[in-house]
Amino acid sequence: MSSLNRGLPSAAFALLVGGFALAFYWAPEDADQGFSQKIFYLHVPIALTAYACFGWGAWKALRLLWTRDRKYDLESYTAIHMGVIFGLLTLVTGSIWAKISWGEWWTWGERQLVLFLILFLFYSSYFMLRYSTEPGPRRERNSAVYALFGVVLIPVSFLAVRIAGTILHPTIFTHEGADLPWQMLVAFLVCLAGMLSLAATLYRVELTGKRIDASLRELRELLA
Amino acid sequence: MSAYAADVAALARKDVLLEVRSRDTLPAMLLFVVSALTIFHFALPSGSSERAETGLLWIAIVFTALLGLTRAFAAEREEGVLDGLVLAPCDRSAIWLGKTIGMAVFLVLAEIVALPAFALFFHPLSWELVAAVALADIGIASIGTLLAAIAAASRARELLLPLLFLPLAIPVVIGGVGASIASNPGSFLGFLVLYDGVFAILSWASFEYVVTE
Amino acid sequence: MSTAEKYVTGAYLVLLGSLLVYLLIIALKVGRLEEDLADLTRAAREKHGG
Repeated sequence: MSSLNRGLPSAAFALLVGGFALAFYWAPEDADQGFSQKIFYLHVPIALTAYACFGWGAWKALRLLWTRDRKYDLESYTAIHMGVIFGLLTLVTGSIWAKISWGEWWTWGERQLVLFLILFLFYSSYFMLRYSTEPGPRRERNSAVYALFGVVLIPVSFLAVRIAGTILHPTIFTHEGADLPWQMLVAFLVCLAGMLSLAATLYRVELTGKRIDASLRELRELLA
Repeated sequence: MSAYAADVAALARKDVLLEVRSRDTLPAMLLFVVSALTIFHFALPSGSSERAETGLLWIAIVFTALLGLTRAFAAEREEGVLDGLVLAPCDRSAIWLGKTIGMAVFLVLAEIVALPAFALFFHPLSWELVAAVALADIGIASIGTLLAAIAAASRARELLLPLLFLPLAIPVVIGGVGASIASNPGSFLGFLVLYDGVFAILSWASFEYVVTE
Repeated sequence: MSTAEKYVTGAYLVLLGSLLVYLLIIALKVGRLEEDLADLTRAAREKHGG
């Protein structure tokens, strides 16, 4: 189980430092938002990474239901664990962006924030589900099914928040212009790659930790 | 009628008959929804808009459904019938479908009382609102039945179900409230149809994994 | 620093801070694993008379 290779942490370090440097010293300042647009290189990669984690967790959940191989349970759980951490970071950085842009820490007109609030609530319930069910095949399958619901809930909520935005909470501001200058796009992509590698590194670390926990528990039962 | 449809019909009929005999869920749901509407009257300051009243109606519907769902597998659990059902020679998804139909019947019956009561206490209903409630019932019964089965396997059943259910019910509320008050109810009703379709298929396909020992 | 600069810096510090918190959690976990492993090793020695 050599799950901790050196490539991932190095890539995460190099890409994140490089990406942030590009974002601050090379990419042009945004014409409308000025310096405050620099938070874009942090907030959006974190948000996309959170989606990637949720998607990865659902994929592992699907593999669990398919193959009945129990190792996927821990992998799915760890991926969702990471997703919740990045989701929380999305909420915090998004809230800071809302504060800079229109002086409010929270605004229901900001779709991405509302969507992440829904997802955060959903995946926090996933933890409650795991904690209150006895370990075993039943818990593994129930958690996997719930994780699959989550990945379906993402587009459904996205749509819901979008159509609600047109009527219930008119959106006045939008962040992402369609035509990003190419320097901004490059800096953004490097930051995104860095954030994904960071998430992958943390996933590996967390997964190794959880596996060691499981092996130690097994060992203790063998020795008892 | 195919064997599958016959199984589903038999299971749904069993739930409804059981309720007719024991009467422990539906009267509670009715009393709850009327009490909730009464509380809403006092919670809303006089002169509140009809939009606010409609929003509260949706809260009442979601929580009434939740009340019914916590009891969805109570009879099976108390008498250990679920194991028997799972072992019975029928497709397991038929259990889900039968249960969902039974649940939807309870919801519709509760709303046959709740909606006129709402019209009497607050303001007249629009047909879009009634259509949205009917569509929401399908979605709520679908995911609710599956989540009730998931929650039934945990230690904190009654506590866990609302936590699992409410985040998934947020799109239903968005669609329902939108259909009731927006100027273009069609797109919200369409959204509810989509929600029902997607989550009904997902619940139908995954129920087997939830009840297998 | 302008207000915008303060908030942007704050946002990046949030990432740094959460990474440090995660490091702390992992450090505590590694410490606990080390103790657990020492316990188990002792138990194994006693059992097999090593």
